[in-house]
Amino acid sequence: MTTTTSETRGGAVVPKRKSATQSAANWVDERTSISGLVRELGRKIFPDHWSFMLGEVALYSFIVILLTGTFLTFFFQASMAEVTYDGTYLPLKGIDMSAAMNSTLHISFDIRGGLLMRQVHHWAALLFIAAIGLHMLRIFFTGAFRKPRELNWFIGFVLFVLAMAEGFTGYSLPDDLLSGNGLRIIDGLVKGIPVIGTWTSYLLFGGEFPGTAIVGRLYTLHILLLPAILVAALGVHLVLLIINKHTQFAGPGKTNDNVVGVPIMPVFAAKAGGFFFIVFGVIVLMATFFTINPVWLYGPYDPSPISAGTQPDWYIGFADGALRLVPTGLGFQIGNFTFALNVFLPTVVLVLFLAAVAFYPFIESWVTGDKREHHIADRPRNAPTRTAIGAAGVTFYAVLWAAASSDLIATHFGLTIEGVILSLQIMLIVGPIVAYLVTKRMCVGLMKKDREIALHGYESGRIVRLPGGEYIEVHEQLTDYERWRLVSFDDYKPLMLRPNAKGQITPAERVRAAMSGWFFEDRISPVTAQELEQAHHSSGHGALEGDSNTEIESGVGH
Amino acid sequence: MAQHDDGVTTPDSGHAGSAASGSAVVLSNESGAAVVPTDAIVNPGFPPHNPRQTNLDPKKDKNAERQVTFLFFLSIIGSVFALAAYMAFPIVPGNFGSIRENNLFLGIGITLGLLGIGLGAVHWAKQLMREDESVEYRHGTRGSEETRAKAVEVFELGNEESGIGRRSLIRNTLIGALVLTPVPAVALFRGLAPDTDPTALLKHTMWKSGLKLTHDPTGVPIKAADVTLGSVFHVIPEGLLQRSDALEQKAKAAVLLMRLQPEDLHVTKGRETWNYQGIIAYSQICTHVGCPVALYEHETHHLLCPCHQSQFDMTHEARVIFGPARRPLPQLPITVDSEGYLIARSDFHEPVGPDYWERHV
Repeated sequence: MTTTTSETRGGAVVPKRKSATQSAANWVDERTSISGLVRELGRKIFPDHWSFMLGEVALYSFIVILLTGTFLTFFFQASMAEVTYDGTYLPLKGIDMSAAMNSTLHISFDIRGGLLMRQVHHWAALLFIAAIGLHMLRIFFTGAFRKPRELNWFIGFVLFVLAMAEGFTGYSLPDDLLSGNGLRIIDGLVKGIPVIGTWTSYLLFGGEFPGTAIVGRLYTLHILLLPAILVAALGVHLVLLIINKHTQFAGPGKTNDNVVGVPIMPVFAAKAGGFFFIVFGVIVLMATFFTINPVWLYGPYDPSPISAGTQPDWYIGFADGALRLVPTGLGFQIGNFTFALNVFLPTVVLVLFLAAVAFYPFIESWVTGDKREHHIADRPRNAPTRTAIGAAGVTFYAVLWAAASSDLIATHFGLTIEGVILSLQIMLIVGPIVAYLVTKRMCVGLMKKDREIALHGYESGRIVRLPGGEYIEVHEQLTDYERWRLVSFDDYKPLMLRPNAKGQITPAERVRAAMSGWFFEDRISPVTAQELEQAHHSSGHGALEGDSNTEIESGVGH
Repeated sequence: MAQHDDGVTTPDSGHAGSAASGSAVVLSNESGAAVVPTDAIVNPGFPPHNPRQTNLDPKKDKNAERQVTFLFFLSIIGSVFALAAYMAFPIVPGNFGSIRENNLFLGIGITLGLLGIGLGAVHWAKQLMREDESVEYRHGTRGSEETRAKAVEVFELGNEESGIGRRSLIRNTLIGALVLTPVPAVALFRGLAPDTDPTALLKHTMWKSGLKLTHDPTGVPIKAADVTLGSVFHVIPEGLLQRSDALEQKAKAAVLLMRLQPEDLHVTKGRETWNYQGIIAYSQICTHVGCPVALYEHETHHLLCPCHQSQFDMTHEARVIFGPARRPLPQLPITVDSEGYLIARSDFHEPVGPDYWERHV
């Protein structure tokens, strides 16, 4: 088709004037056939819930990181060549430092808006990882990782690890005292790995610590390799999101077979696009008013000075805390080799913890054996064991994280450092167990309450005295729409242990049955239609008013 | 409302309430441990729609329109302000306040520029764009049987036409070749570090017999007489500052020097000559993961590592009394020379710093 004139051969098409937009769209489509994509995605439906924004926050802060990071690369020099500082900041004048530190100070103090961009970059990075963490918790506690989204959970986990790696490599680049000590710890951590540790550290640092290579190498990782992998994984993450369509919470009219929400064009695009600017704006606001990582106060890296109360960026806290909670004296020498269990044990524990997070969806699907697709997000209470496991995991992480500030906790609250560490050591073991038990009881309790409310309505607080002298409390019934939220959830019961085709019961099957029992033995089933019918029937006696929405219950029991 | 292209409907079309059992898209009969309800309550379908204020009241609609316009206008002002601030608040060399002003006003302008667009767009979407929800149907994620059969056929054709399954010799040599190709690339990474063996380097520091103990960071030699009771010195070996690998050497050779009452020191056999009249020198590099152990508590004679809170008792040859470290800090044997300057008797008698696999004493 042509645009503005009637050049069409044969004259079959009636000439028609087209607007500039139309001609532009036509021009693009004739070269890309993009109209198919627009048709496919343009009116795609996205469900709405505040918790669905957490992933968006992560995505948008990543875009902010890319934009500001690009700006910073124009000025930053990833070199450990020694220079003498001769810039604006007087306290450091004449001090030897690496070119990396020197250029960081240059960005901060000599480039207009440079400090702002540095702070936007750092705040956005902190927010990025925080948003990913919260996004993961949302996915976990609502069971949104179930089939068909297990793979996307795993990709999301990879993004989480990459984000932390990006954070740490970026944090180390200015080559200031704090980040240098952070690298020193990494060096010690790597050296503690049995067999390969020494050589790994040697290769990583290009010789003995600190060497002159590490900043340049981390820079390559930070701006090339890690972002490339991150962007690729992010792309797959989003494509899978589109293929799987978003989950939604149970609600009237919403089923496992539909998506209820707003179309991309225009409402979701406006909301999400607007939200990008809000996230961006809030990050810039933080960078405007709150200093982050003032490397000029720390000074250049030097192996001997250090200040009390050193802290890593928040997302590395759990790893640093793990190092602090190790009991004294772990590790030994066998023959000519040293097994540094005090350093290696936390590494192993952290890797196992992260592996458990990465593979949880596969474990749960194996336990339930449920091969159906799940598109309705669970209310956390309706999956008590999963929610309890999550609470235990959060507690475990939180204790490790708190341990990274053990010295500050001690000084701020006037406690002994030994007391704080000992308490945290105990909490690391006991805390998750207590959190598990309490959360599970709370979930089961809430499910019971939901069931009660679904069946009998909620207490209105109105006490009525009947002519015969009996006191009753009036219960308000829920509408069908309100009730639906309380009664629509997946129900599981423990697997029966059955012999397979060969008539055997395999050990794996025993484990599975045991885990299934553990998951589902405390089970509250959703209200059935019959139960609801019966509840209404049995309580139908003596309705006071004609109000069909009001149920009268005997005050003694239901 | 009308059915959209992609099977998208609005709730009003009455489509949605009908399916509504809350069951999953069942693709196989395997629901595992799930209880498939036979008597579930039926999904009541969409609740009646409550129109929002802007739809009912044209005045509110007009108001919302004005607010959105105002927010976008605010954004324009913000961006212009940021540009003006960039020029109006330059960084004046030597004037530290100018950096703060530049950061502040530029930041405020950019913030307004961004938030104006963001809040305006969201307000627009919430107040003025179509508010009711639409419905789209899900299809099972797996491809249709037909598509899957086609895919299988593609692979079968590929197998047949190439003969990769049949010609096992070709296939196996190809696999072998592919496995081996990355090996040279891995070998290339040996070049990341110098040829020398790290374990030999880790064993020794710069310290040797006769080397003066000097102040960190000035490099001024220290006389034994200067080290009064209770004082602590950060020490580096003489000549460190002149070396090109000063940081690497310092990361191993940094020493903490202090003087205690000789009777407070519990000296083990063989170390009697390592201190000089109660002046002791210990490696400053934590035996845990290598932070500088820099906090000294005078009254208890404990050294604390600020990174992970390992504590060392300096009266008992820096033995670990708390924290994750598992070895005492190595002691540097010292004495004085003829002029009264503190000098090392030898290097450390064991590798300093964190544990590593090949470490042995």
